[in-house]
Amino acid sequence: MDFRLRESSEARRAEVRAFLEEHMSLALEERVYRTGVSHDADFTQALVDRGWIAPSWPVEFGGQGLDPEEMVAVGEELRLADAPMYGIGTTNMVSAVILAVGTDAQKTEIVPKALAGEIVIVLGFSEPEAGSDLAAAVTRAERDGDEWVINGQKMFTTNAQIGDYAFLLARTNTEVAKHKGLTMFLVPLDQPGVEIQAVFTLSGERTNIVFYNDVRVSDAWRVGEVDGGWRTMTVALTNEHAAGFAAVIDRLLVAAESWARESTDDDGVSRMEDETVREALGRTVIDLEVSRLLQRRVAWMAEAGETVIAEGPMSKLFSSEALKDRAQDMVEVVGPDALRSYFDPSAPSHGVIEHMLRFSLGTTIYAGTSEIHRNMIAQRGLGLPRSG
Amino acid sequence: MEFRPSDEQLQLVSTFAALYGKESTPERVRAAEPLGFDQQLWSQLLDMGALSMAIDEEHGGWGATALDLGLVAEQHGRALGSAPLIESQVACRLLARAGGPVATGLLEAVLAGERMVTLSPRPPKAGWALLVPAGAVATDMMIRHGDTLVVVPIGDDRVIPENVGSLPLADVPAGEPVLDDADVILAGSAPEAIDLALDDWLGLTAGALAGMAERAVEIGVAYANEREAFGQKIGAFQGVGHPLADMATASAGATLLAREAAWAVAEEPSRSAQLAAMAFAFAAETARDATDVALHIHGGYGFMLEYDIQLYYRRSRAWTNVLMSPAKAVRRVADKRYGPRKAS
Repeated sequence: MDFRLRESSEARRAEVRAFLEEHMSLALEERVYRTGVSHDADFTQALVDRGWIAPSWPVEFGGQGLDPEEMVAVGEELRLADAPMYGIGTTNMVSAVILAVGTDAQKTEIVPKALAGEIVIVLGFSEPEAGSDLAAAVTRAERDGDEWVINGQKMFTTNAQIGDYAFLLARTNTEVAKHKGLTMFLVPLDQPGVEIQAVFTLSGERTNIVFYNDVRVSDAWRVGEVDGGWRTMTVALTNEHAAGFAAVIDRLLVAAESWARESTDDDGVSRMEDETVREALGRTVIDLEVSRLLQRRVAWMAEAGETVIAEGPMSKLFSSEALKDRAQDMVEVVGPDALRSYFDPSAPSHGVIEHMLRFSLGTTIYAGTSEIHRNMIAQRGLGLPRSG
Repeated sequence: MEFRPSDEQLQLVSTFAALYGKESTPERVRAAEPLGFDQQLWSQLLDMGALSMAIDEEHGGWGATALDLGLVAEQHGRALGSAPLIESQVACRLLARAGGPVATGLLEAVLAGERMVTLSPRPPKAGWALLVPAGAVATDMMIRHGDTLVVVPIGDDRVIPENVGSLPLADVPAGEPVLDDADVILAGSAPEAIDLALDDWLGLTAGALAGMAERAVEIGVAYANEREAFGQKIGAFQGVGHPLADMATASAGATLLAREAAWAVAEEPSRSAQLAAMAFAFAAETARDATDVALHIHGGYGFMLEYDIQLYYRRSRAWTNVLMSPAKAVRRVADKRYGPRKAS
């Protein structure tokens, strides 16, 4: 066994750190937070110039062919710095689906622009009445010649206001079982009938409700087969379910350690001397390590060619729940000063601990709630019967 | 990264798994209670080299890595081995590190199966070494006497308390006169030597507790797949399936962390003491919670002595708390990471 990352992976880490030194600043971090938009044109361009917009992609498609382990190092650093990667993340995820199941015309039109940072693709999955149960989507796509007419409403389409295309899950058949009547489309957002309504969230992230009223989309923008949308979704969600939040716990730990070293209690004693502080830090150190191991195991399995079953959900479930618990602990341990907001000038560690309290809540909900992940672990990993 | 043990390690694991499968069945574990010692299992473990593997070649062992020991400890925990394997390995490693004629002679006698030595993790209190692990079956006990580490024979005056985990614990007389006259293992630096031994102990026990937690989840899953209520298998209820999913996740994490801690002994020594405490704290809480969940989903049957899960529930608590509470282990993580508190 070897729990170290290879030298080549650590070299990638060092390169990303140097890049972030140059292109990531507290001012950018604050702008991302204040606007709620985790996407930045200059930062994206810098990534493109460096060849890092999709580093895991094969060289022939414009990536750098980094393997899963190298991507672990790259991802950890970007997350730790809270770099504005969300728009790039969804764009790459959809581009990967297009590479896998899209038409040649779609590949030619979309992939080069995505890799040049010229377009942003956003996700249109959830609906008011379909969250965890995505296959219950009722947004309709009805055929009209070689076009489709879309009507419905999508929730949580983050970055729609700067997006070029929405990757949309729509119902094309109501006569069959719910999983069998869905189709995926890439819908250009700059057209009549698309209405974007901002939604502000507890973490500061801006998301949107997108209304589709008689929006017309050419059949050329259909991704995958008619009524075969669930298979296409599965390709997309498999990547999402392998996520983990180890590096975000690391962000909490770094902020908490610096607070503990720099602040004193009423008697002038360093907070680092306080047993309750040390216990909260110790627990964070432990949960960080376990989260890291669970997440790295998924990358290692992918590299070793092993089939990932419950391991991806375990990584996402554990790390998000741990982040939430540790952020809560830390706020209580820090005391009243923890109430000072992220980027308020008076806040300790520029308010990262306060932000983590709010940010962590979303992590146990989006990309599959903890309950959905527990179902996957119970059924696929442990072989328990499907829940009724 | 390489998350798979080597072929040799997998071979080692399957050899020990086979031994425990034969010599540490639930029936044998029950039969060894309340003392918690199975002589036949212990003899088989010694024959297999379970002690000599923990010692380097220079001191007459075969120098397995800490990771090899950790992988064996997982099997020991899975099977609730009624034998002082980890206690003896820890004591032998301490003796080997100490060197000198007393320690070397004792180590030879232990490896030859003539004596069994254990370490009291705590200094004596009012003339007694209390709840000494393996104290009920060992022939000798090492204990701190000021800054000196001494070894005393354990006599018939030891007191063997009944205990929740059916562990072979003993309260052993260790008054000043006894310790003053005892053989000396280390003339100074006893606190440091015991602290190092504690790193070994916490790391190996973490492996055992992780194995125990994994086995408890398996027992819980098997029951949830068999028992029916309200017309379906109870595993279909999220109130049953979700806690098991959480415990399967935590058990996987505990196993990975215990292996990383063991690996770090040779590969990342600057962090290995911190990792051992981390692994112990996490595995202890995981074994505690996993055995609780698995017992609870058995309903009333989980409360019956006839079902095996109660053995896991009791052992998890005993193996942990005889050494250190999880909260104390978390504070040890901080001590190893940030240095001890100035006030302490």
